[in-house]
Formats: sequence, structure tokens, C-alpha cells
Amino acid sequence: MGTARQTAAEGPFRVERAGLDGDKVQIRVAGQVEIAQAPGFSRALQQAIQAADRAVLVDISGLTRLDGGSAAILYGLRQRSTARGVPLEILGARGDVAEIMKLYDDAAAQAILKGEPSDSAIEQVGAVTLAFAGGVKGILDFIGQVTRAVLRAPLRPSTINWRDLGRHMEQVGADALPIVVLISFLIGLVMAFQSAGTLASYGANVFLADMVGLSMTRLMGPLMMAILVAGRSGAGISAELGTMKVSEEIDALRTLGLDPIGFLVIPRVLALVLMVPFLTLLADLVGIVGGGIIGITLLDLTPASFINRLTEALDLWDVGTGVLLSLAYGVAIGLIACERGLATSGGAEGVGRFTTAAVVTILFHLVIITSVLTSLFMFWGI
Amino acid sequence: MAALVEVDKMTIGWGDFTLMKELDFEIEEGEIMVILGGSGCGKSTLMRHIIGLETPKSGTARLVGQQPAGEGSPPFGVMFQSGALFGSMTLLENVSLPLVKWTDLAPDDVEAVARARLRLVSLDGFENHLPSEISGGMKKRAGIARAMALEPRILFLDEPSAGLDPISAVELDELILTLNASLGVTTVLVTHELESIFKIARRCIMLDKQAQGIIADGDPRELRDHSTDPRVHRFFNRLPASTGANP
Repeated sequence: MGTARQTAAEGPFRVERAGLDGDKVQIRVAGQVEIAQAPGFSRALQQAIQAADRAVLVDISGLTRLDGGSAAILYGLRQRSTARGVPLEILGARGDVAEIMKLYDDAAAQAILKGEPSDSAIEQVGAVTLAFAGGVKGILDFIGQVTRAVLRAPLRPSTINWRDLGRHMEQVGADALPIVVLISFLIGLVMAFQSAGTLASYGANVFLADMVGLSMTRLMGPLMMAILVAGRSGAGISAELGTMKVSEEIDALRTLGLDPIGFLVIPRVLALVLMVPFLTLLADLVGIVGGGIIGITLLDLTPASFINRLTEALDLWDVGTGVLLSLAYGVAIGLIACERGLATSGGAEGVGRFTTAAVVTILFHLVIITSVLTSLFMFWGI
Repeated sequence: MAALVEVDKMTIGWGDFTLMKELDFEIEEGEIMVILGGSGCGKSTLMRHIIGLETPKSGTARLVGQQPAGEGSPPFGVMFQSGALFGSMTLLENVSLPLVKWTDLAPDDVEAVARARLRLVSLDGFENHLPSEISGGMKKRAGIARAMALEPRILFLDEPSAGLDPISAVELDELILTLNASLGVTTVLVTHELESIFKIARRCIMLDKQAQGIIADGDPRELRDHSTDPRVHRFFNRLPASTGANP
């Protein structure tokens, strides 16, 4: 038995280094350990084990009481010690202590952990790359399915769920009117208000119409509407389809022989493509009215002079480019919201995660679309 | 009896992970068969592979026979665990959906058939209710009515009595027996409700996670009383694994 004797007593328990038992370092544990003593118990054991340079044998025959948390700590120490090359054996449990140790025995969990070494940095990079490639493939696959459904629609109209189109148009368009009017009016108002002082100082009051008209029709109207629709309808669509996915409604559709793309995706994307340009035109108009009110009240413009200047400043392409932008926004919002919704997994938590991802992805793509299309419009001189 | 489903050397898994290896079995016409096993052993996953919602790593599952509503229509009906009714549609619209899609019935006829299906599952009077307005047991019955809409020869039911009160569960069992006896519908259930299994199933296959396959195939009462496999014995006699009890 042991020759050296170390004691670390931090409560109603004792942890003793009892020397060698054969070729193993023996540690004796005695007394009572409950959750209040667990931190001290863990420290004392770790101290004793860390000093060991060979296999360790922890004798717990002297323990008269042990709670589940402390048993878990013992097994955790065994796992970590074994992982750093110092095998640790626990023996001698008796009575209630033996029952607790049996209940918390994690031998199976250890076996699983041993079989799954952590990935190296290269493996992790590879896994992330593969996951990204899988994601891109999924998106391309989705776009392909939507394209096929759209191309097939004129030949086989019954593959599309036309019945829900009106309901979706109402949700995306009509239901959004109050917020669209309010936001775009305030944007036009604030934009004009911010620039009124500068314009007045140069005596260029009348050019307020140019500033408000061009910025609303070419960019602010379409972009603000797209952001509003992304937050309102994009998130709604993604959450709705995500909930349908996790509650197996999408699977049910498939088993009934109905294609989720034609039944769920096309009506929603179509509703967005039809309604976002309409909302954009309305936003352009209301925003200009907001700007006009500032011009009339703060810059001494008359309604007639504001409208005359506006008609001189704007041509059809200014409104047209905004509508083209809004069409692209509508397609992007619809496709991304539906793709994320149908890709949802992981129950209620997954619905929240994928809905957030949908909105973030949509906003990112709105910026990309804006950059590309405005550059093209400049290149084409429109 | 002819086989309606042929599962041939089907291996189920994802990437490097294999859940089930080389499953081989058939489902005969007219039988009520239960796929059973402990939680997480792959019962629902196997059903999803049979009906084609998932693709196996290798092997095949073939549904034999005619599609009741013609080319392209589903040759089977499925009721999912939650009923999976479409929340924006009434029960009548839910049941009508496959009829509108796959038949040329006039709207009045579609409605008549859908109402009859709902009457079959004792939901007459609830035709215009939304799924959110009815109980869990009623949702499951409505799910069966929708699955039965096209009169498939085979019906797949995923955990039909899970989460139901005892009376609703018994009523559902009775309904399954009635559909089988009166209409000859072959029924495949995924469940681990032993009372249901002994009452309605003529045959069961038991899956086991460790064995990665089928560990028993036969009459559930026979297996309960005579199986020599300790895993089967424990399952049917509700014994925890720690008992290590043998038959």
C-alpha cells in the first residue's frame, strides 16, 4: 500500500494520495460529497490526479454519500484523465453511492466521444466549403425548379395554384398600403426638409422638385419599398412556409401529388412581382407629395411651380428604371423567402433561424441588385 | 395475397452515417402492418423512404399496382403525425384538394365525395371548420379522410394515436379496423403504442438501432409470447434495458 500520504480536505470529505497499488497511483476518497462540496471535491481530486505520472486508481469505498452532480464530476475527471494518456479507474463504490455511480455511468458516452476525435482546421475548412457548395447547389436547384414550373405554366395552367394568387396579392399589396403611404410620405418630407436650407441659401428653391422627384423615382421609392416588403412579406412568407415544412404540410402536399413549387412558391413570387412595382409607384407619388409640402410651406414654392419643375425634371425612364428595379426586387424577395422557408428544419427554433436568414439574405441581395442595375442603367444612359 | 410494397435491400442513411442496412420485406395486400421499435430507431424515416419522400443510400422501395386516380396521382394515402392539414383551408377544402387535382369531378361532386370522406371519419358537421378550430384527435381523423380522398389501396399512418386521450385513441383504432375490413385498405402504421398494436395489427416488423435493421417480423401477439430475442421480449413486456431480462 501507499507510502506517501497527502490530504486535501475542503469539507466533510477527504481526498488522499495513498501511494502505489501495484503500478497504479492510488487515491482514496472518503466522507460525504454533495453539490455544495462539489467544487472543492473537484479541485482536490484534480490536484491529486495531475501529480500522477501513471495510471490512477480512485478508491471511493470510503464515501458514505455522493450526489449525482459529484458522480458526474468523477466520471468527467476519468474521461479527461484518460484523454491525456493517464488511465483512471474508479472502484469500491458501495450501497447508495454504488447506485448513484451506476445511474450516472457514462461509459457509453465515453466510447462515443473516443470514437469522434475533433476535426482538424483543414477538415473544418473542408466541411464548411462542402456545406457552402451544398447550399449553392440547393439554391440553383430551387431556381431551376421555379423556372421549369414557370415555363410549364402556360402549357399546363393547372400545375399552378391560381386560387391563392389573389389572397397573396392582397396580403403583399393592399394590406401594406397604410404603412407604405406613411413611410414614403415621411421619407419625401424628411429628404426635402434636410435639403431645404441648402437649396434656399443658393436661391435654388425650385430645384427641390428635381431632388425629391429623381431620388424618389430612381432609388428611394423602389429601395425603401423593397426593404419594407422584405421585412413584412418576405419574413411572413419564409415563416409561413417554414412552419408548413416543420409541421409536415409540405410532405403532405407531395404525397397528394402536388408540387410545392407550383402550389406554394409561384403564387407568392407572382404576387410579389405584381405588387412591388405597384407599391413602388405609389411610394414615388406619396414621397413626392411629402417633398412638395415642404417646398410649398418652407421654400415659398407654389403647387403649380413645383409640379411644372417636376414634369421638366422627370422623364419616363426615371420612373421606368425604378419600376425595373422593383421588379427585380420582387423576384429576389419571393425566391429567397420561399427557398429559405422550404429549407427550414429544426422545429420552432429553426423557423426563427431560417426567417432571420431569409431577411438578411434578401437585404444583402437588394444591395447587390441595386448596384448592378444602377450601373447598367448608367452604362445604357437611362 | 399479392405484395403491394416491395422493399429490396434498402439501406438508409446520410453521408457516412447508416441508420438501417439492407432492409428486405414485403407488405401484402389487405394486411394491417405496424413498423415498431424504440424512439429514434428510424420507424418514421423508413416510412418516408417507402413513400418516396427520402431517397435511400442503396436499394429500392417499390409500390406495386395501379394509381387509383390515374397517371401521376399518388398510389397511396399518408397521414402524418400532426395530421399536417393545411391551416388556411377548411376541413372540406383539405379533403377536396386531391380530388380537385387528380379527378375531373364537377365541384358539386367533389364536395359530395369530400363530405362523405369526412362522414366516414365521424367529422360531419365540421366541414367548414379550420384545423385550428378542432382537437388533435379530430385533426388526425381529418388527415385520414384526406389520405383516403382518392381511395388508395394502401394507407400509411405515422404515429396515429400519439398524444391522444385513451378514448380518441381507441376510436382511431376502430376506424383503422373499419377501413381495413370494409374497404380492404392495406394499412401501414408507425407506432409504439402497444395497446393499438395488439388490437389492430396482424403483422409487425420491429426495428433496432443497434442491429441497424429488422430484428423481428410476425404477429405481435406471437412475438410477445414466444420471441426468444431479449430485445423483442423487453419491448413487448415493457421492461427497461437495465433488467437484462430474457424470455
